[in-house]
Amino acid sequence: MSKADAQQRSDAPRTATTPHTASVDREFAAPVTHDGLAIAAAGPLGPSGVDRPERLPGSGIGRQPVEASVPPASSGGRRRLVDRRWFRVVGGALIPVVLLITWQLVSTSGLVPVSMLPTPEMVWLAAVDLAERGLLGLYIAISTQRVFLGFAFGAALGLAFGAVVGLSKLGDILLSPTLGAVRAVPSLAWVPLLILWFGIAEDSKIILIAIGAFFPVYTIVAAALRHVDRQLLEAGRAFGLRGFALFTAVQLPAVVPSVISALRLALAQAWLFLVAAELIASSMGLGFLLVDSGNNGRIDRIFLAIIVLALLGKLTDSLVGLFERWAVKRWA
Amino acid sequence: MTPSSAGNEPTDPVVARAAGDVVTAAPISFHGVGRAFGTGDAARLVLRDIDLEVAAGEIVAILGPSGCGKSTLLRIAGGLDTPSDGVVAIDGTVVAPFDARSAVGFQEPRLLPWRTIAGNVALGLPRGTARGAGRTHVSRLLELVGLADFAGHRPREVSGGMAQRASLARALARNPAVLLLDEPFGALDALTRLKMQDLLLDVHAAEPTTVLLVTHDVDEALQLADRVILLGNDEDRPGARIQQTIVVPGTRPRDRGSAELAELRGRLLDGLGIDRHGAARGVPTTTTIPHYPY
Ligand SMILES: Nc1ncnc2c1ncn2[C@@H]1O[C@H](COP(=O)(O)OP(=O)(O)OP(=O)(O)O)[C@@H](O)[C@H]1O
Ligand SMILES: [Mg+2]
Repeated sequence: MSKADAQQRSDAPRTATTPHTASVDREFAAPVTHDGLAIAAAGPLGPSGVDRPERLPGSGIGRQPVEASVPPASSGGRRRLVDRRWFRVVGGALIPVVLLITWQLVSTSGLVPVSMLPTPEMVWLAAVDLAERGLLGLYIAISTQRVFLGFAFGAALGLAFGAVVGLSKLGDILLSPTLGAVRAVPSLAWVPLLILWFGIAEDSKIILIAIGAFFPVYTIVAAALRHVDRQLLEAGRAFGLRGFALFTAVQLPAVVPSVISALRLALAQAWLFLVAAELIASSMGLGFLLVDSGNNGRIDRIFLAIIVLALLGKLTDSLVGLFERWAVKRWA
Repeated sequence: MTPSSAGNEPTDPVVARAAGDVVTAAPISFHGVGRAFGTGDAARLVLRDIDLEVAAGEIVAILGPSGCGKSTLLRIAGGLDTPSDGVVAIDGTVVAPFDARSAVGFQEPRLLPWRTIAGNVALGLPRGTARGAGRTHVSRLLELVGLADFAGHRPREVSGGMAQRASLARALARNPAVLLLDEPFGALDALTRLKMQDLLLDVHAAEPTTVLLVTHDVDEALQLADRVILLGNDEDRPGARIQQTIVVPGTRPRDRGSAELAELRGRLLDGLGIDRHGAARGVPTTTTIPHYPY
């Protein structure tokens, strides 16, 4: 995110603001914090901490809070601490590690019964148990497959419709009122209809996830294309660019950062809708694990499912981050 | 002064075009051109009754106070805007939207931020220029405008004046029948400005294209142009029209100190409503009219 952001900021005086925070449904707003976490985690450390990574013994993760309390040293270095890679990694891991330690302390102290808060060890054992029976891998695989298929269809359609509505006046006139109305339907309202039409097999889940992924991409891409700097477009046209050539030379590079944020939102939406779909009707997958464990009072498995969802969500988001780096280098 | 000004023969390969096809300069004519923005009560007349014939290969400078419609006139000439009244024709044919026969150097650099300076200049090459020929042409142009060392930089990494020179190079790359330049030297320091003026004259000598040059610098107009037109409003009516047309005597390069030019400068400054006696008392003689913040 940082790269595209920085770039947009530095372009700000020249290009019209790309609608990063374009009018997106409120429900799309939540996943943004996804990424914000890493930055927020690095925040409290500020410019403190000294540039002495070699002093961290062993794994030393638990020592970070101590390290953070070291008074600020003279910052004579050319690169600021917050720009360093190791600092980003360590800073981002800080809060999870603190949470893990707190969890361990609270759950083993007897303050809270383990039926409410299982210990990390219990969750780990639940994971091992499920893995040994081949279920954990299967659930992760099936859920990931659903997310990827739904995301792929939804995002591809979102890109296509967003491009048509953003680039062509006629497309805008014909399509945007209808799509706006469809978007206004709370997406989960489709569930009963989808189940009636497609049963509880894969189709209905993937379609629901695709709906969830479609709208952020459609909305953001259409708005971004509509707001491409007029002066640059005019310059492109004045130098003989038309149609596809104009698109690849001016419009596409201008919207690449917005497209990436749209894809990120869509991916987060896809995971959200996956769990919704699996909670409602399924016999496999992480959402099913959640319902099933809830019914059987297996709180350790509930924790496991939540943690796995967090890890998978973050992992897939990082994949989009890699794609972002490549795309920005290639086009923007 | 410029790398090319020493050998000033018209066939100088330095400024010769990339592709073999030679575009000849074309005349451009304005007949009763007017432009009003807005409709109904909000309508505001900016230009009216513009009649102007520019011969092929002629350089015409357009002077006028800020906001009087110089850029608008240039945009109409390039087919970026359509007149409310009248017609503009290049070589007898009415200009089409984004007419390919003209090239525009915009008042703002308008470089694509995601392309390098060289990539931006290459945007100006006529469609169908061969890759290799295009590349050499671009690097020659970058050298001419003094940006050879910055070919690989992004627009945000160069100064405003450098961006403006890149924008000029992009317009020159097109080698058009009509070159439309909107304050191309506005953001340059005095020395670079003189160099770029010489560069423009070199290019013009090598490829005598028709040039319409908007400027707010009276001396620049007198130095570069065959004719200077002064746009301005009449006291009692909205809409700017041509108030004065001045044929500049002599051949370029002109002696900046000549009495004849001094007298023309006085007339133009008067026309712009600037008190000439201020100049005699030590106020700089170039009139710097603030830019319309576009
Ligand atoms: N697209 C537009 N819509 C409405 N009004 C416009 C538009 N373009 C220009 N104008 C108006 O036309 C007038 C002339 O503008 P123009 O840019 O041609 O001035 P200019 O002579 O180039 O000024 P400057 O020397 O400051 O660049 C201005 O008052 C401006 O407000
Ligand atoms: Mg102007």
